[in-house]
Amino acid sequence: MPTILSIKNLRKSYKGGFEALKDVSLDIEEGEIIALLGPNGAGKTTLISTICGITMPTSGTVTVAGYDIITGFRAARSMIGLVPQEIALEPFEKVINSVRFSRGLFGKPRMDGVVEDVLKRLSLWDKRNAQILELSGGMKRRVLIAKALAHEPRVLFLDEPTAGVDVELRKDMWGIVEQLRADGVTTVLTTHYIEEAEAIADRVGVINKGEILLVEDKDKLMARMGKKQLEVQLTAQLGAIPDALSAYDLTLGDGGHTLIYSYDTKSERTGITRLLKDVADAGLSLRDVVTRQSSLEDIFVTLVSEKGERDQ
Amino acid sequence: MNRTAIAAIYRNEMARFFRTLAQSFISPVLSASLYFVVFGAAIGSRIDEVEGVSYGAFIVPGLIMLTVMTQAISNASFGIYFPKFIGTFNELLSAPLNFLEIVIGYAGAAATKSMFIGIIILITSFFFVDLQIAHPLAMVVFLVLTCVSFALFGFIIGIWAGNFEQLQLIPLLVITPLVFLGGSFYSISMLPPVWQTISMFNPVVYLISGFRWAFFGVADVPIGLSLLAIGAFTAACLGVVAFIFKTGWRIRQ
Repeated sequence: MPTILSIKNLRKSYKGGFEALKDVSLDIEEGEIIALLGPNGAGKTTLISTICGITMPTSGTVTVAGYDIITGFRAARSMIGLVPQEIALEPFEKVINSVRFSRGLFGKPRMDGVVEDVLKRLSLWDKRNAQILELSGGMKRRVLIAKALAHEPRVLFLDEPTAGVDVELRKDMWGIVEQLRADGVTTVLTTHYIEEAEAIADRVGVINKGEILLVEDKDKLMARMGKKQLEVQLTAQLGAIPDALSAYDLTLGDGGHTLIYSYDTKSERTGITRLLKDVADAGLSLRDVVTRQSSLEDIFVTLVSEKGERDQ
Repeated sequence: MNRTAIAAIYRNEMARFFRTLAQSFISPVLSASLYFVVFGAAIGSRIDEVEGVSYGAFIVPGLIMLTVMTQAISNASFGIYFPKFIGTFNELLSAPLNFLEIVIGYAGAAATKSMFIGIIILITSFFFVDLQIAHPLAMVVFLVLTCVSFALFGFIIGIWAGNFEQLQLIPLLVITPLVFLGGSFYSISMLPPVWQTISMFNPVVYLISGFRWAFFGVADVPIGLSLLAIGAFTAACLGVVAFIFKTGWRIRQ
């Protein structure tokens, strides 16, 4: 897939000297969904704001389909749609007028068919003549997405789209993003809900303190860093790990009722068969066997804390 | 030039004007009518003529100017401050627009609105006083230039303002006194000599004098000087707009 968005050595410092982005470089491929994960204040919104023209970069370049965001800002911005984190809408405006206004602002001629399609897709068509202030919080978020899609962008930025949104609406949003992907729209999503990235992203970027710590294919990342654990629950309590099992990297859990074995999902031999045999040979009787896989959240916490330790 | 975007901003602003018709239209007309009743009929009946014009008619140009200036400022400053306040300003920044196009959209709409109101007051005044316009073309030129320049000035205030108090500060503390002391309701020649000299430092005097000349052919200052004053004010506002455009002052961090 060709690169649609290219960020090179992007830096952003504010007047007080605070460096919100430190030498960020990232290529985003056309049609992918990339999730940028990071804690509050990591620089996610600054990165999006800089790409979209809300803040000026201190140095570095960003191009959208080959157009520089400064020298070719008209072409670059006309390809970008932005759904901001905060709900910012004119309260007295009608839904349909607000969406039409956004389309006009991006220089596109009025085409009622396009606006109708966008509103229908976001289940807003019935509310088209309602004033924004009459809508629920979830509906307002849909209006923000409709406004961002009104000019048919090729790249959509969703800045924490599901913050404070109920589970049902969150699932709806994911459905919308999937639908957009089918239409060839590239989506850049920032979130601190790891579940969100896990559910819809193709690639995951981890950002903290203005630096991109890692960008990787989500499945590969899960496979590479995803450790699996086997929990062997015993009928009797153990005071220590028996000598017969000392060859394994085991820990005791649940007050001595559980043996925990960590293994790599990628390796040919996980050692599970031999372990279970040795457990039986050691005269221990099993009550249950459970496996657990670490989530993106665990991976994220590990990455951020490793980086923190390295910096100290 | 992104003409579609300018038209979108302009239409959006005008739509708000018509949505809030009572505030934006009826109230200035009502207050202008009150001025006619109080100054024109009640007090004016005791004043003979000023510069050969009946007092009721004499105050018409000043009244239109007073309303047009305050309306252009308040419409333009609120028009651009409101998106900043509610956060929709970021949509303007992320759109393929330059600052000049934003100015044309917002200040253009504010100038149009204030011009509408000015024309309505002019029409209203025909019901109260006997009025003739000596130089209609000059009147239109003065009206348009005043609407545009004060809308630009209001736009600058809206960009500068960090809260609603600041939004009101300059119109209230600077513009209203200047307009009232600018000869809206009297001729400068009616003042004692010292105040006449002081008044010459008030830029609004030149605008009202020029506008009044367009109506009655009489003026406090030469018409050329009035044109120069409005031209200089427009140029100064454009200069500040150009500065904001170049530096992103109060717009982009």
